[in-house]
Amino acid sequence: MAKPRIATTSLAGCFGCHMSLLDIDDRILQVAELVDFDRSPIVDFKRITARCAIGLIEGGCCNEENVEVLRHFRKNCDVLVSVGDCATMGGIPALRNLVPLEECLREAYLEGPTVHNPERRMPDDKELPLLLDKVYCCHEVVKIDYHLPGCPPSADTIFRALVALLSGKQVDLPYGLIKFD
Amino acid sequence: MANDISFTIDGVEVAAAPGQTIIEAAEAAGIYIPRLCHKPGLEPFGGCRVCTVKSNGRPCSACTQPVAPGMVVENDTEELRALRRDLVELLFVEGNHFCMFCEKSGHCELQALAYRFGIAAPRFDYTWPARQVDMSHPDILVDHNRCILCGRCVRTSRQVDGKNVFQFVGRGHEKRLAVNAEADLGATDAAVTDAAVGACPVGALLKKRIGFATPVGRRPYDERPIGTDIETAAARKE
Ligand code: SF4
Ligand code: FES
Repeated sequence: MAKPRIATTSLAGCFGCHMSLLDIDDRILQVAELVDFDRSPIVDFKRITARCAIGLIEGGCCNEENVEVLRHFRKNCDVLVSVGDCATMGGIPALRNLVPLEECLREAYLEGPTVHNPERRMPDDKELPLLLDKVYCCHEVVKIDYHLPGCPPSADTIFRALVALLSGKQVDLPYGLIKFD
Repeated sequence: MANDISFTIDGVEVAAAPGQTIIEAAEAAGIYIPRLCHKPGLEPFGGCRVCTVKSNGRPCSACTQPVAPGMVVENDTEELRALRRDLVELLFVEGNHFCMFCEKSGHCELQALAYRFGIAAPRFDYTWPARQVDMSHPDILVDHNRCILCGRCVRTSRQVDGKNVFQFVGRGHEKRLAVNAEADLGATDAAVTDAAVGACPVGALLKKRIGFATPVGRRPYDERPIGTDIETAAARKE
């Protein structure tokens, strides 16, 4: 029987949650035995290649590309999990939600104390995905089945969730594995 | 005061003294009723509604409702647990709560309630309100992003410190915490030794330069859910 597939991605995140996934140490071998990795920073496919049982999302949505990838995951994964505070609540990138986008760009590219930009040029390359008006957590964009909060969630939290999902159970985090920091 | 009033909480017989509120009588009997704006010793406020119970079938706040003989109180029911979860989730989306860099994390009563209730993420959309941070005082900061308007600082300043540093202004959605000065906290008579500074359940009112003193793992709510102290104090007495 073919192994279930897992896809993972980092949207507006820092890869800390993926580091935490690797932090499950040798248990990663148990996971590798149970699943095949599809699209993931670990294997570097750009699109999901076959239907996945589990999609792990790190990071929220700060630009249109994040939204497109998140929707691609929703379409191709049976169970979608928000991993980490950026995915569940916006996290550090969402600090910009407290400042209007225009003001934020002005500070970053024109007026910040360390900015050197004599041409006063804003990022305008057509290849760059457009920024959203604010940063959205994943469940404000698509339906999310489970949330693993934490910055990052501990390796134990991630491992426990994976084991539960792979044995067809609900993810039920005990006290001590739900952490917002 | 004799404990001569008898009533029940979730079917358990509880003895109480006249004039006690439900939350006080419950606490003395080792029953934890979740709360945020209630702080023992302060006059009741009834603002957050997290302590909502049903008394004789009607919802009321346990921190303001006095006990009465024969009263039938429901506390730990699915209906009330769901209501409290909603309230806590709403508080999270109504302010700007960045636990990952908050000095109060691990000590915060709002966060601790979310942990106790098993909330992994609020189901409501975030509102990201524009709020101010007041760093004007040399030793105390006020971060309005985190303020949940519980009024504990307001009451502590008045009742315990004998000052009147904090007050609420505005109504409804516009309501916010204000200080008793034209400008900011630095212009008030607030002192770092005021009990009011330690009365805040969240990280809205903090002493400067002492954050992150306790390592992760040893903070009050890292291992033990909020309310455990109340639940185990009674067990020890037995
Ligand atoms: S500053 Fe703290 S104690 Fe004062 S009203 Fe806000 S949350 Fe309550
Ligand atoms: S604790 Fe009773 S209303 Fe807040």
